[in-house]
Amino acid sequence: MFQFIIVLGILLLLIILYTLFRISRLVSVVKGSDKKIATTSNKVNAGLFLVFLFGGFGLFFWYSWAYFDDYNLPVASDHGVWTDTLFWVTMAVTGVVFVITNVLLFWFSYAYQHREKSTAKFYPDNTKLELLWTIVPAVVLSVLVFTGLKAWNDITSEASADAEVVEIMGYQFAWGVRYPGVKDNTLGEYDYKLIDAVNQFGMDLQDKNSYDDFMPIEMHIPKGKEVLLKIRARDVLHSVFLPHFRVKMDAVPGMPTHFKFTATKTTQEMRDELGDPEFDYFVTCTEICGKGHFSMKMKLVVDEPAEFEKWKSEQPTWLKLNPDYLSKVPERNRELAKIKSGMVEGDENNLKASL
Amino acid sequence: MATADIHITEETHHDDHEHHDDHGNFWTTYVFSTDHKMIAKQFLITGIFWALLGGILSVIFRLQLGFPEMQLEWLRPILGEWITPEGKIDAEFYLALVTMHGTIMVFFVLTAGLSGTFSNFLIPLQIGARDMASGFMNMLSYWFFFASSVVMFISLFIETGPASGGWVIYPPLSALPQAVNGSGLGMTLWLSSMALFIISTLLGGINYITTVINMRTKGMSFSKLPLTIWAFFLTAIIGLLSFPVLFAAALLLIFDRSFGTSFYLSDIYINGEALPNQGGSPILFQHLFWFLGHPEVYIVLLPALGITSEVIATNARKPIFGYKAMVGSMLFIAILSFIVWAHHMFVTGMNPFLGSIFMLLTLIIAVPSAVKVFNYLTTLWRGNIRFTPGMLFSIGLVSFFISGGLTGIFLGNSAIDIQLHDTYFVVAHFHLVMGSASFFGLMAGVYHWFPKMFGRMMDAKLGYIHFWFTFVGVYMVFFPMHYIGIAGYPRRYYSFTNFDTFNTFSDLNMFVSIAAIITLAAQFIFLFNFFYSIYRGRKASANPWRSTTLEWTTPVNPGHGNWPGEIPTVYRWPYDYSKPGADEDFIPQTVPFSETPGSNLPHENELIKLETDNDEQVIVVDEK
Repeated sequence: MFQFIIVLGILLLLIILYTLFRISRLVSVVKGSDKKIATTSNKVNAGLFLVFLFGGFGLFFWYSWAYFDDYNLPVASDHGVWTDTLFWVTMAVTGVVFVITNVLLFWFSYAYQHREKSTAKFYPDNTKLELLWTIVPAVVLSVLVFTGLKAWNDITSEASADAEVVEIMGYQFAWGVRYPGVKDNTLGEYDYKLIDAVNQFGMDLQDKNSYDDFMPIEMHIPKGKEVLLKIRARDVLHSVFLPHFRVKMDAVPGMPTHFKFTATKTTQEMRDELGDPEFDYFVTCTEICGKGHFSMKMKLVVDEPAEFEKWKSEQPTWLKLNPDYLSKVPERNRELAKIKSGMVEGDENNLKASL
Repeated sequence: MATADIHITEETHHDDHEHHDDHGNFWTTYVFSTDHKMIAKQFLITGIFWALLGGILSVIFRLQLGFPEMQLEWLRPILGEWITPEGKIDAEFYLALVTMHGTIMVFFVLTAGLSGTFSNFLIPLQIGARDMASGFMNMLSYWFFFASSVVMFISLFIETGPASGGWVIYPPLSALPQAVNGSGLGMTLWLSSMALFIISTLLGGINYITTVINMRTKGMSFSKLPLTIWAFFLTAIIGLLSFPVLFAAALLLIFDRSFGTSFYLSDIYINGEALPNQGGSPILFQHLFWFLGHPEVYIVLLPALGITSEVIATNARKPIFGYKAMVGSMLFIAILSFIVWAHHMFVTGMNPFLGSIFMLLTLIIAVPSAVKVFNYLTTLWRGNIRFTPGMLFSIGLVSFFISGGLTGIFLGNSAIDIQLHDTYFVVAHFHLVMGSASFFGLMAGVYHWFPKMFGRMMDAKLGYIHFWFTFVGVYMVFFPMHYIGIAGYPRRYYSFTNFDTFNTFSDLNMFVSIAAIITLAAQFIFLFNFFYSIYRGRKASANPWRSTTLEWTTPVNPGHGNWPGEIPTVYRWPYDYSKPGADEDFIPQTVPFSETPGSNLPHENELIKLETDNDEQVIVVDEK
């Protein structure tokens, strides 16, 4: 019944609108205004452009000012400060152009609306003027390009040798992280053919470096020390996005990628800055990857360097958590594996000596 | 002049030229027509159908984004199982909606609907030709497009859903049915449809290029071509060079999907199984895709800019400012469009050095774009502007082109792009500069050339209402997305509710969704106006906008062959508006300089001698 009334109401509305339309047409025929070149509508449209100009800019400036804190994402990395500066410089330059050109567009539309007496100015070209507005944008853009280029080259340069390496792997629909371990500080080899339900990273246990690798459920990084993310994907494309650190890099199956950055604020510092004790950094995905694309969130914690070292040393190695996989370790390396993975207490160096 | 000669005998009975129409039956006149004007209308109506569908799809996913808590049970009669038992849109169907919206709008509406309609309609009419170089190929072009449309339409109704890997269909997602349901039959249909679509585009493009080069009427040199024709001509060339690359990319993807090759696949473990494919590269696909994908942006945009140039000049009653610069910048854009594609791939793991090269080239392309904007502004300056609906949409286009173009400077800068890539900032950028600007070009074209298409006028007042709702609506939809993007919201997210950081804009998202619904609703005003005016619109005069170009020298309802008698000769460029000393504020291209001694510029007076020379030649030809 209710639906019927809605349909009836819409129908009635459409009939009314149609009648109004017919009446206005008949009136315009009677008045002969459809024969004229420009009617009152011309003035109305010209005026509306002016209204739009003021209304639009009003909304733009008001919202940009009043809600700045809402859309301005706090930044917590070294290069992020730099790219943010570039962003706002570009915003200033383009903002000025945006305002000037739109003002001219709508102002001209209003000011040069049709008038019975006036004729348009025959003005087909002006080489000087055209050269001017070719060269000026070219110069401005060159400046923007070269500042951007410098930042880009720096951001994408080689990571330093002592950077903290973290491997991050995307899969449908989550992230996994792997740390190189405190004993050898080197990530073990992997092969996607070795992946199974437990060995999610496809770690190759032939490689001694893999024995102390560990995979925590959340990601930790130290503040103030360069971090090198080694990025890979297991099934389809994903993209590592750390919004607060201005970090983004695709994860590509079959082609490892990387991104280096330095965090500048610990989680606690950011919580204090935002006045939000619940705040947490996170990693998310920005490359469409299937049904759960929107849910690939992983918590990221930035620690003070000392805390970070402590946290690292407390993490159980993967091998220790999955002792069944010892059988895949070559016989001659099992003792080493047990020690490096922390299953048994012992000193690696002694073992090497005894071998 | 061969074509002209053939028709000279018909001059005696040119009064009953409409007789031409009756030669064919219903099928040859309206369905398998080889008349470029009918084919243009076929493209237009199919385009309108797709635009409506694409718009509706976008409103459905805007419902999800703006009102994540909303009960959508009432959509079940239409969407069936795509509504979850909880009354929500299925997360996978959401991706399918986004994918189909993009595909439909980019290819079926703004490529076929815009370029297909106006290249077909205007090229022969504005260069002074009886029809396209090959009417039959032209007909094939439409019917390949139609077949492509049918295949794509069917894919919306299959059980596993249409393609859902984004309109860019990046593998491996699009290659593996086990990764997402839409990559099953839906993707197969998508690829088949696109293959047909590419054939259609190539058939059309070859025709456009050939026609413009070979079939211009006497006197219509390239330097006297209206900017519309320049735009269509360059667009066709871009399409001809870039679409085959998409075809290759799609073909290799078909091989990967169906025949076990590894062009794009490597080291994949999915659903508890390690796939045997090794050595392929997903990045290769992205290079191939964007080698079309970026020129595609200009394939969509250039015709709109061409149309705008024409409409603005006509209605400002001024010559377009800097005709040569306009042609030059289009030419420059066309060339540059081929060497900027990798700016879509700054953070895909591509070599960063390549990134810096592409950043440089990308920002260069902003220069000719800026020149175009300044030239439009100067054209308006000291004009005598008539706000026809076509003119309103053209001014709207320029505004979108500015607003959306400027954000391209952020995204083309690889350092800034790191943060903005694949966020709502990108969505805002391309919807304004490419989506809405081109759509406004399409609308401007429809309003402006409707009288030539159907011999009747569209209702201007409804046009004004349509424009204002759409113009304000589009800004209300896409402008707020910049803020959402700066805040880091990634695109193609079904929901943001599990992110505290990304949950601050639920009110703004709601606002955007409401604006989208209103904007879509306003399009029904247009639909009514369009179809009503075809049958009941006011009868048009021969030259309702008092325009200079050739199409307005044809009868109100031109038959097949366009001009009943000889094709008119062209003497001057198409922008002699408000020329000092002229009797009226426009001088059609067909008026020789010898007839307008009062308004001729010094160098034009010298051309008068050439005019008479040419006429003598014509007489000689005729006497044969």
